[in-house]
Amino acid sequence: MAEVLVLVDHVEGKVRKTTAELLTIARRLGEPSAVFVGAGFDAAKDSLAKYGAEKIYHVEGDVLDYLVVPQAELLAQLVASTSPAAVLVPSSPEGKEIAARLAVKTESGLITDAVDVQAGEGGGVATTQSVFAGGYTVSATVTKGTPIITVKPNSATPEEVSGAAVDEVVDFTVSDNAKGAKIASSKPKEVSGRPELSEAAIVVSGGRGTAGDFSKVEEFADSLGAAVGASRAAVDAGWYPHASQVGQTGKQVSPQLYVACGISGAIQHRAGMQTSKTIIAVNKDNEAPIFELVDFGVVGDLFAVLPQATEAINAAKG
Amino acid sequence: MNIVVCVKYVPDAQAERTFDSSDNTTDRANVDGLLSELDEYAVEEALKIVEAGEGEVTVLTVGPASAADAIKKSLQMGAHRGVHVDDDAIHGSDAIATSLVLAEAIKKIGAETPVDLVMTGMASTDGAMGVVPTMLAERLGLPAVTLASELEVDGGSATIRRDGDTSTQSITATLPALVSVTDQINEPRYPSFKGIMAAKKKPVEHWSLADLGVDASQVGLDAAWTRVEAFTARPPRSQGEIVNDEGDGGQKLAAFLGEHKFV
Ligand SMILES: Cc1cc2nc3c(=O)[nH]c(=O)nc-3n(C[C@H](O)[C@H](O)[C@H](O)COP(=O)(O)OP(=O)(O)OC[C@H]3O[C@@H](n4cnc5c(N)ncnc54)[C@H](O)[C@@H]3O)c2cc1C
Ligand SMILES: Nc1ncnc2c1ncn2[C@@H]1O[C@H](COP(=O)(O)O)[C@@H](O)[C@H]1O
Repeated sequence: MAEVLVLVDHVEGKVRKTTAELLTIARRLGEPSAVFVGAGFDAAKDSLAKYGAEKIYHVEGDVLDYLVVPQAELLAQLVASTSPAAVLVPSSPEGKEIAARLAVKTESGLITDAVDVQAGEGGGVATTQSVFAGGYTVSATVTKGTPIITVKPNSATPEEVSGAAVDEVVDFTVSDNAKGAKIASSKPKEVSGRPELSEAAIVVSGGRGTAGDFSKVEEFADSLGAAVGASRAAVDAGWYPHASQVGQTGKQVSPQLYVACGISGAIQHRAGMQTSKTIIAVNKDNEAPIFELVDFGVVGDLFAVLPQATEAINAAKG
Repeated sequence: MNIVVCVKYVPDAQAERTFDSSDNTTDRANVDGLLSELDEYAVEEALKIVEAGEGEVTVLTVGPASAADAIKKSLQMGAHRGVHVDDDAIHGSDAIATSLVLAEAIKKIGAETPVDLVMTGMASTDGAMGVVPTMLAERLGLPAVTLASELEVDGGSATIRRDGDTSTQSITATLPALVSVTDQINEPRYPSFKGIMAAKKKPVEHWSLADLGVDASQVGLDAAWTRVEAFTARPPRSQGEIVNDEGDGGQKLAAFLGEHKFV
């Protein structure tokens, strides 16, 4: 069976959930081989084995100092040496850049932001994407080269199955060409302790209606164990960090539950949350467009509705 | 500083966007189009750089005749000249082929005056793949700094601030380079009356594939390395229950969450 390369997404060896999802998807297409770049290999190895990685290609050194180009070069080298059935990359901004370069380098078809990937009927891959702000679902396939697919978070339920995780150190040197852009400095962000926005099962977002006070939104989110998001209006006002923005130019999320608080529901916001399974809105204005999308809506002041709901939920949890 | 800004003409997101069912490509004929909003940020940033120093901003688009509107708007904002690559063979091109045509056009522009900076938006508002900028950099052999929320160009380098999930980074590239910008970077100007009048006299070149030495077989739907098999409109969401808060809105919300096992 052909290998399927999965680029591992991790922070210092702590493997992110999306990688477990990608390994699960890889098994539908062939034999999963994880590709690990950076520090923390020993920590990562077990979780990669747990989700079925048969092989782990791994590279150490200064690869990550130079943004994405070396990773694209590494994958191109592995595509040439292993002729994989597909390459799966997380649909993060970095992942998409790596995939874009890899597609050009290997003359292969690229599909971005897949929400499902299956083996194609006559071989190859069959992907599903959600386009035009979630208005359409598209099925597509790759017709040239090695299918390169970036996959969105929550596109599969990780399945545990033990893999051999045979470790193979790759002989790889960063080309001079890749060194034209360099990370000069990096300032880590504060961690909120809440789930990661794009991976969370529940997202609670606040908009201009919070008037800058996110405390009620956060307390409500915490009662549900949810991630906190924000509209661009709230981000532009400086009330919440840009990394929390949901929408066309922020994160596209697709959780089990999305709660929009004090958000009107502009098309650009919808583009980031319309595919959520269940949608709830709390808004003072009964004509706010967000109500067109909801499974449940409360017309009311979020400063009254959210604390009452939070209290009831916390009481129910006991 | 010689800057080329890639601008795309896209169907208006406020309109009903759809596909052409004859070939499963984005319907660009029956939906009103405009300059992709996210490319306005790139035009604005390029203009600021040139205004603070010297140089010229060339806007480049690859698209059908109607895409001239994207160039026109950019010229009205203040760009100096436009290049429009239009060829029937390009219809249905994927990002791979689009980046090829853009790359060849930039090489041709650069053959006259070397290009210091290629700028793009973060993603088009229709395809929204956000991959053309990187593909372009790969094809041109340029270093790329992408998703800039701040940009500083001096001497021989471009430095950006990039807001990531886990960190904020400062990234530097040596010129010539490619920079893509986000909607955080500036507030695009509206064309002034003077700008609108001046735009009418600005030069716009029209190039075909032959002018670029690109073979028609390398672009268009048949050359695409991916194929859309089918598209379906997502069934409209039927509106659920809406309650007015009469002092018990929060309780009702909690009850709904309980019933649906979110608590
Ligand atoms: C190129 C471009 C990209 C964009 N990208 C994004 C994006 O990624 N994400 C995004 O979100 N937006 C984006 N936008 C902006 C978008 O068009 C809207 O402006 C934005 O989403 C509005 O945010 P909002 O709903 O919080 O504010 P508003 O539209 O002002 O809505 C606030 C809502 O809060 C309600 N409200 C007020 N007070 C209360 C209260 N006490 N209790 C309950 N409800 C209350 C009001 O009734 C109103 O409906 C983009 C725009 C452009 C042009
Ligand atoms: N046909 C085109 N003509 C000019 N620029 C384009 C074209 N397609 C994409 N671009 C540029 O590439 C960016 C990202 O586009 P995309 O990868 O399609 O999301 C856009 O913001 C434009 O700057």
